[in-house]
Amino acid sequence: MPIQTHRSEDGQTLTIKIEGRFDFSTHQAFRDAYEHGDENVTAFVVDLSDTTYLDSSALGMLLLLRDYAGGDSAKIRIENCNSDVRRILSISNFEQLFAIR
Amino acid sequence: MDDSLSDNRPLRILIADDSDSDRLILKTLLRRLGHDVEDARNGEDAVGIFRESGADIVLLDALMPVMDGMEAARHIKELAGERLVPLIFLTSLSDADALARCLEAGGDDFLTKPYNRIIIEAKINAFNRMRLMHRTLSHHRDLIRDRNRQLLEEQEIAKRVFDNVAHTGCLNATNIRYHASPMSIFNGDVLFACPRPAGGMQILVGDFTGHGLPAAIGALPVAEIFYGMTSKGFSGSDVLREINQKLCRILPVGMFCCAAMIQADFHLNQLQIWNGGLPDGVLLKRDGKLETIASRHLPLGVLGAARFDARMEVFRTEPGDTLLMMTDGVLEAENHHGEMYGEERLKRSLAGAGNAGSPFDAVMTGIHAFTGKQPEQDDVTLLSLEMVEEAELEGVSERLPQSALEGPAEWHCVYEIKDRSLGQFSPLPLLLHICMEVPGLRRKSGEIYTLLSELYTNALEHGVLGLSSDWKATPDGFGRYYAERERRLRFISDHFIRFTLTHTMTEGGGQLTIVCEDSGSGFDYGDVSAVGNENGYSGRGLMLLQKLGRSLNFREYGTRAEIIYDWHFSEVAAREGGTNT
Repeated sequence: MPIQTHRSEDGQTLTIKIEGRFDFSTHQAFRDAYEHGDENVTAFVVDLSDTTYLDSSALGMLLLLRDYAGGDSAKIRIENCNSDVRRILSISNFEQLFAIR
Repeated sequence: MDDSLSDNRPLRILIADDSDSDRLILKTLLRRLGHDVEDARNGEDAVGIFRESGADIVLLDALMPVMDGMEAARHIKELAGERLVPLIFLTSLSDADALARCLEAGGDDFLTKPYNRIIIEAKINAFNRMRLMHRTLSHHRDLIRDRNRQLLEEQEIAKRVFDNVAHTGCLNATNIRYHASPMSIFNGDVLFACPRPAGGMQILVGDFTGHGLPAAIGALPVAEIFYGMTSKGFSGSDVLREINQKLCRILPVGMFCCAAMIQADFHLNQLQIWNGGLPDGVLLKRDGKLETIASRHLPLGVLGAARFDARMEVFRTEPGDTLLMMTDGVLEAENHHGEMYGEERLKRSLAGAGNAGSPFDAVMTGIHAFTGKQPEQDDVTLLSLEMVEEAELEGVSERLPQSALEGPAEWHCVYEIKDRSLGQFSPLPLLLHICMEVPGLRRKSGEIYTLLSELYTNALEHGVLGLSSDWKATPDGFGRYYAERERRLRFISDHFIRFTLTHTMTEGGGQLTIVCEDSGSGFDYGDVSAVGNENGYSGRGLMLLQKLGRSLNFREYGTRAEIIYDWHFSEVAAREGGTNT
């Protein structure tokens, strides 16, 4: 699977890891990854360490996750981006919406 | 013809054999299996029957008089066209070469004599399955082909509707060059340009997430807002705020529009640019230096009105400078190795252009050489705007749509704007709108807007904010001036700017009197007749006011300015843009 999830030990943080291309083809899998979690999850980590490419529909999916997680009060960290991915995120100024590390 | 999609009806089987006994045996056998059978004594008769009434499956003896099985097979396959009509050879031949020839002639299989009932039944059933599968596939293929044709026709019509809404505006101005695929709207790309009533122009380059219909639908309100507001004199920031709010409301979360708004002022020689999510734009100075126009904002349709930041960056330019803006299709254009064109190659293309070719051509040629494709095939939107002398663009704003309604001629109005609103709201579109109700003034919208906006800018920047235009004498100071303007706007209190407009009819025309008062402490307007020193970056506003109006008076230490503007029917008819004396 190009998308894997795991929960932190306290069960409050859900990490979603995307392998390869993060684009429209991963749409359903990405949604499934967070929508079927239980209510204890209060924070999300999107791990992009194995993501090679990210397009504008992936940006849209991140916004969907943000909306799902509470909009302006959402706690979402985007981690381990490679430089290409990082660049796309910063062109779109997503630092203003997400904690990107 | 076998147009029925039912699988249970008896098959129509055509057999051809010159041996009466063999024919009879086979016919009886197939009838007992429940099929309808027609028979022929030779290939020619078989082709004749097939031409007349067709068949689902054909069984042919290989060796027959008049026309043998192979010849008949070729004719039948030709008649069958796209339909799959399984063709089975009946033969007592056992020579491998002869059997192979049967299949080469178009046969699908063979049955060897003497006949075995079980084998015959099994083969007939197997070929019938294949025949039905082929028919289903062909049917689906036709369906897809039809749907696709229908979709393209609908897109073509939708595109015409879109083109009417998003007409070309002033994209055909001499200083604009652009590339956009003809159906770019269905790639989610938009490109609009519109002259501003006060001169100069406003351009929007955008790229919606997604493709096809959803992207095209989002583009429609953007076009309406952009053209509607720009032609009424709203600033780029105002238009952006409105578009952003609209998109927030209508687009589902996850869909948005990366965009850049460009407000070009050829009189002041400056560009104001807002870039939200588009790749870096490039401002190529006449001396070869590059300035990068980075994306500093989230795309349109992401942030609600409260958090949306519509501030535009100011860039000083000179005639001959060129601005390039593009959608990500330019940087992501792929060659046949799957590599992307990218920023480095873009910069190299631009550097290679030198002073000879235009930057636009350099980039287009660069992409073409890199991808090996005709640029028309790419999902690429590229815009180039050249800064020119204002005089070269005469007439661009004349294309603004005109209303034919009759309007008021004798009126008076006072409009006062106070405190925080001074920083947040521009009264100019509203005031211009009131003036434009006078039919004879409509052709003069550019001049009226200029008068209003110069008066307002003077009152706001020098009167209320107390900024000194001396700062604008150097490029550094120019930047400081605008930064300071931004800062002081946030702390305005107990201030106002009051416009008093009076219009009366005169013999052969009309007279508009504009009085602009402000609550500032006044500024040193000095010798008004000496303003307009062309060498500085400032002072042109006052010169303009003087040239356009019949008289310009500053009173009360520069806190009250009065302009009298005369117009004549004859001029309006001849569409003269010159001065009124």
